[in-house]
Amino acid sequence: MEVIDIIKPENKVFSKTCLMTDANLSYCPGCGHGTAHNIAMEVIDEMGIVEDTIGVAPVGCSVLAYDFMNVDITQAAHGRAPAVATAISRTWPDKYVFTYQGDGDLAAIGTAETIHACNRSENIVIIFVNNGIYGMTGGQMAPTTLPGMRTSTSPHGREIETMGSPLKMTELIANLPGTYYVTRQAVHTHKHVRKAKKAIKTAFKNTRLKKGVSFVEIVSNCNSGWKMDPNASNIWMEENMFPYFPLGDIKVKGQLK
Amino acid sequence: MSELRLMKGNEALAEATIRAGADAYFGYPITPQSEIIEYLMTERPEKRTGMVVLQAESEIAAINMVYGAASTGKRAMTSSSSPGISLKLEGVSYLAGAELPAVIVNVSRGGPGLGTIQPSQADYFQSVKGGGHGDYQLYVLAPASVQEMADFVSDAFDIAFKYRAPVLILSDGLIGQMMEKVVLKDQKDRMPDEEIIEKYGDWATTGKKGRERNIVTSLDLQSEKMEARVHRLQKKYEQMEKEDLRYEKIQCDDAEYLFVAYGSSARIAQKAVQLGRDKGIKIGLLRPITLFPFPKQPIFELADQVKGILSVELSAGQMVEDVKLSVNGKVPVKHFGRTGGIIHTPEEILEALEQKIMKDGSN
Repeated sequence: MEVIDIIKPENKVFSKTCLMTDANLSYCPGCGHGTAHNIAMEVIDEMGIVEDTIGVAPVGCSVLAYDFMNVDITQAAHGRAPAVATAISRTWPDKYVFTYQGDGDLAAIGTAETIHACNRSENIVIIFVNNGIYGMTGGQMAPTTLPGMRTSTSPHGREIETMGSPLKMTELIANLPGTYYVTRQAVHTHKHVRKAKKAIKTAFKNTRLKKGVSFVEIVSNCNSGWKMDPNASNIWMEENMFPYFPLGDIKVKGQLK
Repeated sequence: MSELRLMKGNEALAEATIRAGADAYFGYPITPQSEIIEYLMTERPEKRTGMVVLQAESEIAAINMVYGAASTGKRAMTSSSSPGISLKLEGVSYLAGAELPAVIVNVSRGGPGLGTIQPSQADYFQSVKGGGHGDYQLYVLAPASVQEMADFVSDAFDIAFKYRAPVLILSDGLIGQMMEKVVLKDQKDRMPDEEIIEKYGDWATTGKKGRERNIVTSLDLQSEKMEARVHRLQKKYEQMEKEDLRYEKIQCDDAEYLFVAYGSSARIAQKAVQLGRDKGIKIGLLRPITLFPFPKQPIFELADQVKGILSVELSAGQMVEDVKLSVNGKVPVKHFGRTGGIIHTPEEILEALEQKIMKDGSN
């Protein structure tokens, strides 16, 4: 096939997600955030709900999500996105409201807001990107940092005795009656991306049906924070993160699996 | 129809919030202001007007809920008392930075720390000198009666939306807890969603429909942009000083001495004015109704007329600094006030004037 044929519209197999802006992603090359952004925006586009969607951005690497996601976005204080989303959803009950948060934001400083928004069964989607580290501030220990893992604030490795165990927030909130759909996904391979996208679509569909909280964790890499190249970080993630944070649905239609 | 009722200050404020057409209230219990959320929960405003009332998990969550609702153009309020307001200040700073309209109510109590649940005016610095981080000011209204607890709610929302800025109603446990007659205004309709979308479409995050996306944030990583934002805020504060300064002069025409007092202290000082005049001392009272903007010019002008000024507040001396700045050394300015939840009597205030100003008038 000649180039001239390849670029014909009928031969097009992929195009840029129309709800992603043209701004250069601020994420490190190899980071999973870009893919997570992409699939969330694809879902909103495919469902035709952009006019009724309001996102809430966190503090962390994805603080600038509003530069890349071409939807209305309110940027929240550190950890408070579920509270911000609560109010938007309560005062605009027919809108699709989602938060996009990292592990430091959602599982450390925002623990109370996360648990209580879930417990109140707010009609929102929570997308939780867990890479086991504080990326934005330069690689400090997160609530989800694995035992023994070295970060700039656990330079000798995370010691469980003094620093506690990695927090499984997703399992924790799955046990609350207010959550309807809780799942853990990844975005480092095509297969995983397809599954994660399906999960996000299920989550937004649940909002349409006013089912309460749909919580999609995406276990992701932080190759720069972990001090690895992108491929190595993905392998390390599969070998170390997935055993501790196993992928798959945890709660479906309000029932624990 | 407007309606005459006997109400507690906190209840009057809560009822006035429903009648002002507010869209949402987010709160967390703390003495001495819990009647606000209790009244709202009892009244079921979701049935009366469609207003949302929610008890949050913390003061921090509550102020961030206000931030969320405000970011979509809704009229949102939260209330608390001193320690709870301290917790909210991060969110207040975000509201100011993101240029969002909202109303925050502080029914203040004694501090620092857990302090006391009794009335106090020791949150003046916190209210008018920033409190949270960054270069911002709050427009601060100080009610001195149950009537003003009711009236200032709609005033506060009007100012908040005029400037797209957070407004603080700084009350105290005395005004919040006491009962007085109050004339309640008629029910105002809540703004329909379509009107919010149309009216605030240039900034509110209501969903990207027929326009480019809206972003609500207080973040500007580029210094030039951040400085432009700070300048924009300062312009608002200048405009507030020009257009929305509020104060009241009581018996100032022939005054030889002046009390400056706000809120509950102004009520007590008004009685002290009367006691003084009964003794032949010509005293006047200037009551700042807005603490920011502060009535600098009226005080500066009165300083040409009076021999001395006593700043009266239920604190160890906070507003007195602004009175001194306004007077600029023209006449002696002294502070008087009880703390710890003790409320000064009119007699104590008059005695303080006699001792601190009339007897020992050194500046």
